[in-house]
Amino acid sequence: MSRMEQNNSDGRREDIAVRAKLIILALACCALTATMQAAVAQDDTEKAIEKYRQMLKDDPWSNPGLLDVDRGETLWSTPAGPNKVSLEKCDLGKGPGVVDGAFAELPRYFADADRVMDLETRLLWCMEKLQGFKHADLVKKPYPSGGQPTKDFGAMAVYVANKSSGMKFAAKLDKPKEKEVVALGHAIFFRRQGPHDFACATCHGDSGKRIRLQGLPYLTKPEEARETVGQWPAYRVSTTQVMTMQHRLYDCYWQMRMPQPEMGSELSVALIAYLVKNAEGGEISAPGLKR
Amino acid sequence: MRMAVAVAALVFAGSCAVCAQDKPAVDAAKVDAAVVAAFPSVPDDWKSRFVQDETMKECSAHENVPPKAVADAIQKRERARIEYPADGKLVGDWKEGEKLAQSGYGLRFTDYPARRANGGNCYACHQLTKAEVSYGTIGPSLLGYGKVRNFSAADTKAVYDKIYDSQAAYPCSNMPRFGANKVLTVDQIKDLVALVMSPDSPVNK
Repeated sequence: MSRMEQNNSDGRREDIAVRAKLIILALACCALTATMQAAVAQDDTEKAIEKYRQMLKDDPWSNPGLLDVDRGETLWSTPAGPNKVSLEKCDLGKGPGVVDGAFAELPRYFADADRVMDLETRLLWCMEKLQGFKHADLVKKPYPSGGQPTKDFGAMAVYVANKSSGMKFAAKLDKPKEKEVVALGHAIFFRRQGPHDFACATCHGDSGKRIRLQGLPYLTKPEEARETVGQWPAYRVSTTQVMTMQHRLYDCYWQMRMPQPEMGSELSVALIAYLVKNAEGGEISAPGLKR
Repeated sequence: MRMAVAVAALVFAGSCAVCAQDKPAVDAAKVDAAVVAAFPSVPDDWKSRFVQDETMKECSAHENVPPKAVADAIQKRERARIEYPADGKLVGDWKEGEKLAQSGYGLRFTDYPARRANGGNCYACHQLTKAEVSYGTIGPSLLGYGKVRNFSAADTKAVYDKIYDSQAAYPCSNMPRFGANKVLTVDQIKDLVALVMSPDSPVNK
Protein backbone atom coordinates (compact mmCIF):
# COMPACT_ATOMS: atom_id res chain seq x y z
CA MET A 1 0.00 0.00 0.00
CA SER A 2 1.10 3.52 -0.68
CA ARG A 3 1.52 6.08 2.03
CA MET A 4 -2.26 6.48 2.23
CA GLU A 5 -3.66 3.26 3.63
CA GLN A 6 -7.16 2.08 2.75
CA ASN A 7 -8.88 -1.21 3.29
CA ASN A 8 -11.10 -1.61 0.28
CA SER A 9 -8.43 -1.89 -2.34
CA ASP A 10 -10.69 -3.00 -5.22
CA GLY A 11 -13.26 -0.26 -4.65
CA ARG A 12 -10.48 2.23 -4.54
CA ARG A 13 -9.03 1.05 -7.82
CA GLU A 14 -12.38 1.57 -9.54
CA ASP A 15 -12.60 4.93 -7.91
CA ILE A 16 -9.15 5.86 -9.20
CA ALA A 17 -9.98 4.62 -12.68
CA VAL A 18 -13.10 6.79 -12.84
CA ARG A 19 -11.25 9.79 -11.53
CA ALA A 20 -8.40 9.14 -13.94
CA LYS A 21 -10.84 9.40 -16.83
CA LEU A 22 -12.23 12.62 -15.43
CA ILE A 23 -8.74 14.04 -15.08
CA ILE A 24 -7.84 13.13 -18.62
CA LEU A 25 -11.03 14.76 -19.83
CA ALA A 26 -10.40 17.85 -17.74
CA LEU A 27 -6.82 18.18 -18.88
CA ALA A 28 -7.80 17.56 -22.49
CA CYS A 29 -10.24 20.45 -22.12
CA CYS A 30 -7.46 22.55 -20.59
CA ALA A 31 -5.18 21.72 -23.52
CA LEU A 32 -7.88 22.49 -26.06
CA THR A 33 -8.76 25.75 -24.36
CA ALA A 34 -5.11 26.73 -24.23
CA THR A 35 -4.71 26.15 -27.94
CA MET A 36 -7.85 28.02 -28.86
CA GLN A 37 -7.27 31.09 -26.77
CA ALA A 38 -4.59 33.64 -27.40
CA ALA A 39 -1.32 32.80 -25.74
CA VAL A 40 -1.76 35.74 -23.38
CA ALA A 41 -4.24 33.47 -21.64
CA GLN A 42 -1.40 31.06 -20.94
CA ASP A 43 -0.83 32.46 -17.47
CA ASP A 44 -4.48 31.79 -16.63
CA THR A 45 -4.18 28.26 -17.99
CA GLU A 46 -1.10 27.67 -15.89
CA LYS A 47 -2.95 28.97 -12.84
CA ALA A 48 -5.88 26.68 -13.56
CA ILE A 49 -3.59 23.68 -13.88
CA GLU A 50 -1.82 24.71 -10.70
CA LYS A 51 -5.19 24.85 -8.93
CA TYR A 52 -5.90 21.44 -10.34
CA ARG A 53 -2.62 20.10 -9.02
CA GLN A 54 -3.49 21.52 -5.62
CA MET A 55 -6.82 19.66 -5.73
CA LEU A 56 -4.93 16.48 -6.56
CA LYS A 57 -2.70 17.05 -3.58
CA ASP A 58 -5.75 17.47 -1.35
CA ASP A 59 -7.18 14.23 -2.75
CA PRO A 60 -4.19 12.05 -3.54
CA TRP A 61 -6.29 9.14 -4.80
CA SER A 62 -7.21 11.06 -7.91
CA ASN A 63 -3.74 10.61 -9.48
CA PRO A 64 -3.69 7.65 -11.91
CA GLY A 65 0.03 7.21 -11.20
CA LEU A 66 -0.95 5.73 -7.85
CA LEU A 67 -2.13 2.58 -9.61
CA ASP A 68 1.50 2.05 -10.58
CA VAL A 69 2.61 2.83 -7.04
CA ASP A 70 0.46 -0.07 -5.83
CA ARG A 71 1.66 -2.31 -8.63
CA GLY A 72 5.25 -1.37 -7.81
CA GLU A 73 4.75 -2.31 -4.18
CA THR A 74 3.55 -5.77 -5.17
CA LEU A 75 6.42 -6.20 -7.63
CA TRP A 76 8.93 -5.11 -5.01
CA SER A 77 8.06 -8.06 -2.77
CA THR A 78 7.53 -10.60 -5.56
CA PRO A 79 10.38 -13.07 -6.27
CA ALA A 80 11.77 -12.48 -9.76
CA GLY A 81 14.80 -13.04 -11.99
CA PRO A 82 17.13 -16.06 -12.29
CA ASN A 83 17.68 -16.03 -8.51
CA LYS A 84 13.93 -15.97 -7.77
CA VAL A 85 14.19 -13.46 -4.95
CA SER A 86 12.32 -10.23 -4.26
CA LEU A 87 13.89 -6.81 -3.84
CA GLU A 88 13.04 -6.70 -0.14
CA LYS A 89 16.75 -6.95 0.74
CA CYS A 90 17.69 -4.14 -1.64
CA ASP A 91 19.68 -1.46 0.18
CA LEU A 92 18.55 1.92 -1.11
CA GLY A 93 20.95 3.68 1.23
CA LYS A 94 19.17 3.41 4.57
CA GLY A 95 19.87 -0.30 5.04
CA PRO A 96 18.56 -3.47 3.37
CA GLY A 97 14.81 -3.36 2.94
CA VAL A 98 14.29 0.24 4.10
CA VAL A 99 12.09 1.99 1.54
CA ASP A 100 10.50 4.72 3.68
CA GLY A 101 12.35 7.98 3.14
CA ALA A 102 15.07 6.35 1.00
CA PHE A 103 14.28 8.37 -2.13
CA ALA A 104 14.57 11.64 -0.19
CA GLU A 105 18.26 10.88 0.42
CA LEU A 106 19.16 9.87 -3.14
CA PRO A 107 21.39 10.18 -5.12
CA ARG A 108 24.16 9.05 -2.79
CA TYR A 109 27.47 7.21 -2.81
CA PHE A 110 27.22 3.44 -2.38
CA ALA A 111 30.39 1.76 -1.13
CA ASP A 112 29.36 -1.68 -2.43
CA ALA A 113 29.11 -0.36 -6.00
CA ASP A 114 31.81 2.30 -5.48
CA ARG A 115 29.76 4.91 -7.30
CA VAL A 116 27.07 7.52 -6.78
CA MET A 117 23.62 6.26 -7.75
CA ASP A 118 20.19 7.74 -8.20
CA LEU A 119 17.04 5.76 -7.47
CA GLU A 120 16.80 4.01 -10.83
CA THR A 121 20.51 3.21 -11.09
CA ARG A 122 20.32 1.67 -7.63
CA LEU A 123 17.25 -0.33 -8.62
CA LEU A 124 19.12 -1.66 -11.64
CA TRP A 125 22.00 -2.62 -9.37
CA CYS A 126 19.71 -4.52 -6.98
CA MET A 127 18.01 -6.32 -9.85
CA GLU A 128 21.41 -7.40 -11.14
CA LYS A 129 23.08 -8.31 -7.86
CA LEU A 130 20.12 -9.74 -5.94
CA GLN A 131 17.83 -11.07 -8.64
CA GLY A 132 20.50 -12.05 -11.15
CA PHE A 133 19.20 -10.10 -14.15
CA LYS A 134 21.74 -9.21 -16.84
CA HIS A 135 22.57 -5.51 -17.03
CA ALA A 136 22.39 -5.48 -20.84
CA ASP A 137 18.85 -6.89 -20.77
CA LEU A 138 17.68 -4.39 -18.17
CA VAL A 139 18.87 -1.33 -20.10
CA LYS A 140 17.94 -2.55 -23.58
CA LYS A 141 14.49 -0.95 -23.82
CA PRO A 142 13.71 0.32 -20.35
CA TYR A 143 11.03 2.92 -21.10
CA PRO A 144 7.48 2.47 -22.41
CA SER A 145 6.46 4.12 -25.69
CA GLY A 146 3.74 6.77 -25.49
CA GLY A 147 0.37 5.22 -24.63
CA GLN A 148 1.94 1.98 -23.40
CA PRO A 149 1.51 1.06 -19.74
CA THR A 150 4.24 1.93 -17.25
CA LYS A 151 6.84 -0.85 -17.23
CA ASP A 152 7.43 -2.89 -14.08
CA PHE A 153 10.70 -1.04 -13.52
CA GLY A 154 8.94 2.34 -13.61
CA ALA A 155 6.21 1.06 -11.28
CA MET A 156 8.81 0.02 -8.71
CA ALA A 157 10.64 3.34 -9.08
CA VAL A 158 7.48 5.35 -8.48
CA TYR A 159 6.57 3.10 -5.54
CA VAL A 160 9.90 3.85 -3.86
CA ALA A 161 9.65 7.58 -4.65
CA ASN A 162 6.09 7.70 -3.29
CA LYS A 163 7.40 6.35 0.01
CA SER A 164 9.18 9.69 0.41
CA SER A 165 6.23 11.80 -0.66
CA GLY A 166 5.63 14.67 1.72
CA MET A 167 9.30 14.65 2.79
CA LYS A 168 11.94 17.13 1.70
CA PHE A 169 14.93 16.43 -0.55
CA ALA A 170 17.73 15.78 1.90
CA ALA A 171 20.48 14.12 -0.15
CA LYS A 172 23.68 15.30 1.51
CA LEU A 173 25.88 15.02 -1.58
CA ASP A 174 28.84 16.12 0.55
CA LYS A 175 31.27 13.22 0.13
CA PRO A 176 34.14 13.91 -2.31
CA LYS A 177 32.74 11.47 -4.90
CA GLU A 178 29.27 12.97 -4.54
CA LYS A 179 30.60 16.51 -4.97
CA GLU A 180 32.49 15.36 -8.06
CA VAL A 181 29.30 13.96 -9.56
CA VAL A 182 27.31 17.15 -8.86
CA ALA A 183 30.06 19.21 -10.51
CA LEU A 184 30.05 16.87 -13.49
CA GLY A 185 26.28 17.24 -13.76
CA HIS A 186 26.64 21.01 -13.67
CA ALA A 187 29.13 20.93 -16.55
CA ILE A 188 26.93 18.55 -18.56
CA PHE A 189 23.89 20.78 -17.95
CA PHE A 190 25.66 23.60 -19.80
CA ARG A 191 27.41 21.44 -22.42
CA ARG A 192 26.30 22.41 -25.93
CA GLN A 193 26.44 19.71 -28.56
CA GLY A 194 24.81 18.14 -31.59
CA PRO A 195 23.54 19.73 -34.81
CA HIS A 196 21.35 22.24 -32.93
CA ASP A 197 23.99 23.29 -30.34
CA PHE A 198 21.56 22.36 -27.58
CA ALA A 199 22.37 21.98 -23.90
CA CYS A 200 19.97 21.43 -20.99
CA ALA A 201 20.48 25.14 -20.29
CA THR A 202 19.08 26.08 -23.71
CA CYS A 203 15.54 25.39 -22.46
CA HIS A 204 16.06 25.47 -18.69
CA GLY A 205 18.36 28.44 -18.24
CA ASP A 206 15.88 31.27 -17.64
CA SER A 207 12.60 31.99 -15.85
CA GLY A 208 9.18 32.34 -17.43
CA LYS A 209 10.03 30.88 -20.85
CA ARG A 210 8.01 28.42 -22.89
CA ILE A 211 8.38 26.08 -25.86
CA ARG A 212 5.14 26.51 -27.79
CA LEU A 213 2.73 26.67 -24.81
CA GLN A 214 4.76 24.46 -22.49
CA GLY A 215 6.26 26.32 -19.55
CA LEU A 216 9.93 25.57 -18.84
CA PRO A 217 11.43 25.46 -15.36
CA TYR A 218 14.71 27.35 -14.78
CA LEU A 219 16.51 24.42 -13.24
CA THR A 220 19.62 26.16 -11.96
CA LYS A 221 17.42 28.41 -9.83
CA PRO A 222 16.74 26.66 -6.50
CA GLU A 223 13.14 27.94 -6.18
CA GLU A 224 12.17 26.52 -9.56
CA ALA A 225 14.22 23.33 -9.17
CA ARG A 226 12.50 22.64 -5.83
CA GLU A 227 9.10 23.14 -7.44
CA THR A 228 9.82 20.85 -10.39
CA VAL A 229 12.21 18.10 -9.37
CA GLY A 230 10.01 16.93 -6.49
CA GLN A 231 7.21 16.08 -8.93
CA TRP A 232 9.20 13.28 -10.60
CA PRO A 233 8.50 10.44 -11.27
CA ALA A 234 5.27 11.89 -12.67
CA TYR A 235 2.10 10.64 -14.30
CA ARG A 236 1.97 12.15 -17.79
CA VAL A 237 -1.51 12.67 -19.11
CA SER A 238 -0.36 12.95 -22.75
CA THR A 239 1.28 9.50 -22.68
CA THR A 240 -0.97 7.90 -19.97
CA GLN A 241 1.96 6.47 -18.06
CA VAL A 242 4.36 7.20 -15.26
CA MET A 243 7.54 8.78 -16.56
CA THR A 244 10.63 8.40 -14.38
CA MET A 245 13.45 10.94 -14.15
CA GLN A 246 15.81 8.76 -16.22
CA HIS A 247 13.07 8.52 -18.86
CA ARG A 248 12.58 12.30 -18.69
CA LEU A 249 16.30 12.84 -19.44
CA TYR A 250 16.14 10.33 -22.30
CA ASP A 251 13.30 12.37 -23.81
CA CYS A 252 15.28 15.61 -23.39
CA TYR A 253 18.22 14.06 -25.26
CA TRP A 254 15.82 13.08 -28.04
CA GLN A 255 14.80 16.75 -28.33
CA MET A 256 18.46 17.74 -28.21
CA ARG A 257 19.08 15.64 -31.35
CA MET A 258 21.41 13.39 -29.40
CA PRO A 259 21.33 9.59 -29.33
CA GLN A 260 19.62 7.57 -26.59
CA PRO A 261 21.42 7.92 -23.26
CA GLU A 262 21.73 4.62 -21.41
CA MET A 263 19.76 4.26 -18.20
CA GLY A 264 22.11 4.45 -15.24
CA SER A 265 24.97 6.04 -17.18
CA GLU A 266 27.32 8.34 -15.29
CA LEU A 267 25.93 11.25 -17.33
CA SER A 268 22.36 10.56 -16.22
CA VAL A 269 23.31 10.12 -12.57
CA ALA A 270 25.37 13.33 -12.67
CA LEU A 271 22.52 15.37 -14.15
CA ILE A 272 20.07 13.99 -11.57
CA ALA A 273 22.53 14.69 -8.74
CA TYR A 274 22.93 18.27 -10.01
CA LEU A 275 19.16 18.77 -10.23
CA VAL A 276 18.54 17.28 -6.79
CA LYS A 277 21.30 19.46 -5.33
CA ASN A 278 19.57 22.50 -6.80
CA ALA A 279 16.24 21.24 -5.42
CA GLU A 280 17.62 20.69 -1.90
CA GLY A 281 14.92 21.29 0.71
CA GLY A 282 12.12 21.05 -1.84
CA GLU A 283 9.10 18.90 -1.04
CA ILE A 284 8.68 15.56 -2.75
CA SER A 285 5.22 14.94 -4.16
CA ALA A 286 5.72 11.86 -6.31
CA PRO A 287 4.04 10.92 -8.54
CA GLY A 288 3.41 14.43 -9.80
CA LEU A 289 0.97 15.11 -12.60
CA LYS A 290 2.21 16.45 -15.92
CA ARG A 291 0.82 17.42 -19.29
CA MET B 1 48.02 51.83 -19.85
CA ARG B 2 49.86 49.77 -17.24
CA MET B 3 47.20 50.87 -14.76
CA ALA B 4 44.44 49.72 -17.09
CA VAL B 5 46.07 46.33 -17.48
CA ALA B 6 46.43 46.00 -13.73
CA VAL B 7 42.79 46.88 -13.20
CA ALA B 8 41.72 44.48 -15.93
CA ALA B 9 43.81 41.73 -14.33
CA LEU B 10 42.18 42.42 -10.97
CA VAL B 11 38.70 42.34 -12.45
CA PHE B 12 39.56 39.16 -14.30
CA ALA B 13 40.96 37.51 -11.18
CA GLY B 14 37.95 38.69 -9.18
CA SER B 15 35.39 37.32 -11.60
CA CYS B 16 37.22 34.01 -11.79
CA ALA B 17 37.23 33.62 -8.05
CA VAL B 18 33.47 33.99 -8.22
CA CYS B 19 33.02 31.47 -10.99
CA ALA B 20 35.29 29.00 -9.21
CA GLN B 21 32.97 29.26 -6.23
CA ASP B 22 29.78 28.86 -8.20
CA LYS B 23 31.09 26.35 -10.65
CA PRO B 24 33.55 23.75 -9.39
CA ALA B 25 36.12 23.09 -12.05
CA VAL B 26 35.64 19.86 -13.94
CA ASP B 27 38.18 18.60 -16.39
CA ALA B 28 36.69 19.01 -19.87
CA ALA B 29 38.11 15.65 -20.93
CA LYS B 30 36.18 14.03 -18.08
CA VAL B 31 32.95 15.66 -19.22
CA ASP B 32 33.58 14.52 -22.80
CA ALA B 33 34.30 10.98 -21.59
CA ALA B 34 31.06 10.89 -19.57
CA VAL B 35 29.10 11.99 -22.64
CA VAL B 36 30.66 9.34 -24.87
CA ALA B 37 30.13 6.64 -22.21
CA ALA B 38 26.44 7.50 -21.88
CA PHE B 39 25.70 6.33 -25.41
CA PRO B 40 27.40 2.92 -25.71
CA SER B 41 25.13 1.63 -28.47
CA VAL B 42 25.40 4.68 -30.72
CA PRO B 43 25.88 4.12 -34.46
CA ASP B 44 29.21 5.38 -35.86
CA ASP B 45 27.64 8.13 -37.95
CA TRP B 46 26.20 9.74 -34.79
CA LYS B 47 29.50 10.01 -32.97
CA SER B 48 30.29 13.41 -34.44
CA ARG B 49 27.42 14.76 -32.33
CA PHE B 50 29.48 14.26 -29.17
CA VAL B 51 32.29 16.45 -30.46
CA GLN B 52 32.14 20.16 -29.73
CA ASP B 53 33.56 22.79 -32.05
CA GLU B 54 35.43 25.78 -30.61
CA THR B 55 32.26 27.86 -30.35
CA MET B 56 30.35 25.16 -28.48
CA LYS B 57 33.28 24.66 -26.13
CA GLU B 58 33.56 28.33 -25.31
CA CYS B 59 29.82 28.85 -24.85
CA SER B 60 29.65 25.80 -22.57
CA ALA B 61 32.63 26.89 -20.51
CA HIS B 62 31.22 30.41 -20.08
CA GLU B 63 27.66 29.20 -19.59
CA ASN B 64 26.58 31.29 -22.59
CA VAL B 65 27.91 34.55 -21.15
CA PRO B 66 31.29 34.86 -22.87
CA PRO B 67 33.71 37.64 -21.94
CA LYS B 68 34.05 40.26 -24.67
CA ALA B 69 37.26 38.92 -26.21
CA VAL B 70 35.75 35.45 -26.51
CA ALA B 71 32.49 36.84 -27.86
CA ASP B 72 34.37 38.82 -30.51
CA ALA B 73 36.33 35.76 -31.56
CA ILE B 74 33.15 33.68 -31.84
CA GLN B 75 31.45 36.37 -33.90
CA LYS B 76 34.40 36.65 -36.28
CA ARG B 77 34.69 32.89 -36.70
CA GLU B 78 30.96 32.36 -37.25
CA ARG B 79 30.63 35.27 -39.69
CA ALA B 80 33.25 33.66 -41.89
CA ARG B 81 31.08 30.54 -42.17
CA ILE B 82 28.06 32.16 -43.81
CA GLU B 83 27.55 31.16 -47.43
CA TYR B 84 25.23 32.98 -49.81
CA PRO B 85 23.27 31.75 -52.82
CA ALA B 86 25.18 32.17 -56.11
CA ASP B 87 22.55 34.48 -57.59
CA GLY B 88 22.53 36.70 -54.50
CA LYS B 89 18.77 36.36 -54.02
CA LEU B 90 18.02 35.94 -50.30
CA VAL B 91 14.21 35.86 -50.33
CA GLY B 92 12.29 32.68 -51.18
CA ASP B 93 8.66 31.64 -50.68
CA TRP B 94 7.05 32.64 -47.37
CA LYS B 95 4.40 29.89 -47.67
CA GLU B 96 7.16 27.27 -47.62
CA GLY B 97 8.79 29.24 -44.82
CA GLU B 98 5.61 29.03 -42.72
CA LYS B 99 5.59 25.22 -43.12
CA LEU B 100 9.23 25.07 -42.03
CA ALA B 101 8.51 27.35 -39.07
CA GLN B 102 5.80 24.92 -37.91
CA SER B 103 7.88 21.75 -38.31
CA GLY B 104 10.16 20.40 -35.60
CA TYR B 105 10.91 17.32 -37.65
CA GLY B 106 14.42 16.12 -38.23
CA LEU B 107 17.64 14.76 -36.71
CA ARG B 108 16.00 13.19 -33.63
CA PHE B 109 16.70 9.50 -33.08
CA THR B 110 13.17 8.62 -34.16
CA ASP B 111 13.52 10.56 -37.44
CA TYR B 112 15.52 7.89 -39.31
CA PRO B 113 15.30 6.97 -42.11
CA ALA B 114 14.29 10.56 -42.90
CA ARG B 115 10.67 10.83 -44.00
CA ARG B 116 10.75 14.50 -44.95
CA ALA B 117 12.99 17.56 -44.88
CA ASN B 118 14.24 18.99 -41.58
CA GLY B 119 12.09 21.73 -40.09
CA GLY B 120 13.17 25.03 -38.57
CA ASN B 121 10.72 24.78 -35.65
CA CYS B 122 10.71 28.59 -35.32
CA TYR B 123 7.36 28.65 -33.46
CA ALA B 124 8.89 26.56 -30.67
CA CYS B 125 10.67 29.74 -29.54
CA HIS B 126 9.28 32.73 -31.48
CA GLN B 127 5.96 34.42 -32.04
CA LEU B 128 5.66 35.00 -35.79
CA THR B 129 2.06 35.39 -36.91
CA LYS B 130 -1.20 36.37 -35.25
CA ALA B 131 -2.84 33.18 -36.47
CA GLU B 132 -0.48 30.87 -34.59
CA VAL B 133 -1.16 31.28 -30.87
CA SER B 134 0.91 28.28 -29.81
CA TYR B 135 4.34 29.87 -29.84
CA GLY B 136 7.28 29.81 -27.46
CA THR B 137 9.12 32.66 -25.79
CA ILE B 138 12.76 31.57 -25.61
CA GLY B 139 13.41 33.91 -28.54
CA PRO B 140 11.90 37.37 -29.11
CA SER B 141 8.57 37.92 -30.88
CA LEU B 142 9.09 38.45 -34.61
CA LEU B 143 5.57 39.69 -35.29
CA GLY B 144 5.76 42.54 -37.81
CA TYR B 145 9.54 42.18 -38.02
CA GLY B 146 9.93 43.14 -41.70
CA LYS B 147 7.28 45.84 -41.63
CA VAL B 148 8.84 47.82 -38.80
CA ARG B 149 12.12 47.71 -40.70
CA ASN B 150 10.53 48.87 -43.94
CA PHE B 151 11.58 45.60 -45.60
CA SER B 152 15.05 47.04 -46.11
CA ALA B 153 17.72 45.13 -48.01
CA ALA B 154 20.21 45.48 -45.15
CA ASP B 155 17.73 43.98 -42.66
CA THR B 156 16.87 41.21 -45.11
CA LYS B 157 20.53 40.25 -45.29
CA ALA B 158 20.81 40.47 -41.50
CA VAL B 159 17.89 38.04 -41.15
CA TYR B 160 19.52 35.63 -43.61
CA ASP B 161 22.75 35.85 -41.61
CA LYS B 162 20.99 35.26 -38.28
CA ILE B 163 19.21 32.16 -39.51
CA TYR B 164 22.31 30.84 -41.28
CA ASP B 165 24.48 31.40 -38.23
CA SER B 166 22.84 33.03 -35.22
CA GLN B 167 26.13 33.34 -33.40
CA ALA B 168 27.57 35.59 -36.07
CA ALA B 169 25.15 38.15 -34.66
CA TYR B 170 24.79 37.01 -31.06
CA PRO B 171 27.68 34.93 -29.69
CA CYS B 172 26.37 31.98 -27.62
CA SER B 173 22.80 32.59 -28.74
CA ASN B 174 20.42 29.77 -27.82
CA MET B 175 19.35 29.55 -31.46
CA PRO B 176 20.77 26.79 -33.66
CA ARG B 177 23.22 27.75 -36.41
CA PHE B 178 20.90 26.36 -39.05
CA GLY B 179 23.01 26.93 -42.15
CA ALA B 180 26.47 26.53 -40.69
CA ASN B 181 25.49 23.23 -39.05
CA LYS B 182 23.68 22.00 -42.19
CA VAL B 183 20.32 21.64 -40.44
CA LEU B 184 18.62 23.66 -43.17
CA THR B 185 19.59 24.21 -46.80
CA VAL B 186 20.18 27.62 -48.35
CA ASP B 187 16.82 27.36 -50.15
CA GLN B 188 15.03 26.60 -46.88
CA ILE B 189 16.72 29.56 -45.21
CA LYS B 190 15.57 31.78 -48.09
CA ASP B 191 12.00 30.62 -47.47
CA LEU B 192 12.32 31.56 -43.81
CA VAL B 193 13.76 34.96 -44.75
CA ALA B 194 10.66 35.43 -46.90
CA LEU B 195 8.40 34.53 -43.98
CA VAL B 196 10.00 37.22 -41.83
CA MET B 197 10.70 39.89 -44.47
CA SER B 198 8.06 39.65 -47.24
CA PRO B 199 5.37 42.35 -47.23
CA ASP B 200 2.74 39.72 -48.09
CA SER B 201 3.81 37.31 -45.32
CA PRO B 202 1.37 36.92 -42.38
CA VAL B 203 4.27 37.96 -40.13
CA ASN B 204 3.86 41.49 -41.52
CA LYS B 205 0.07 41.64 -41.79
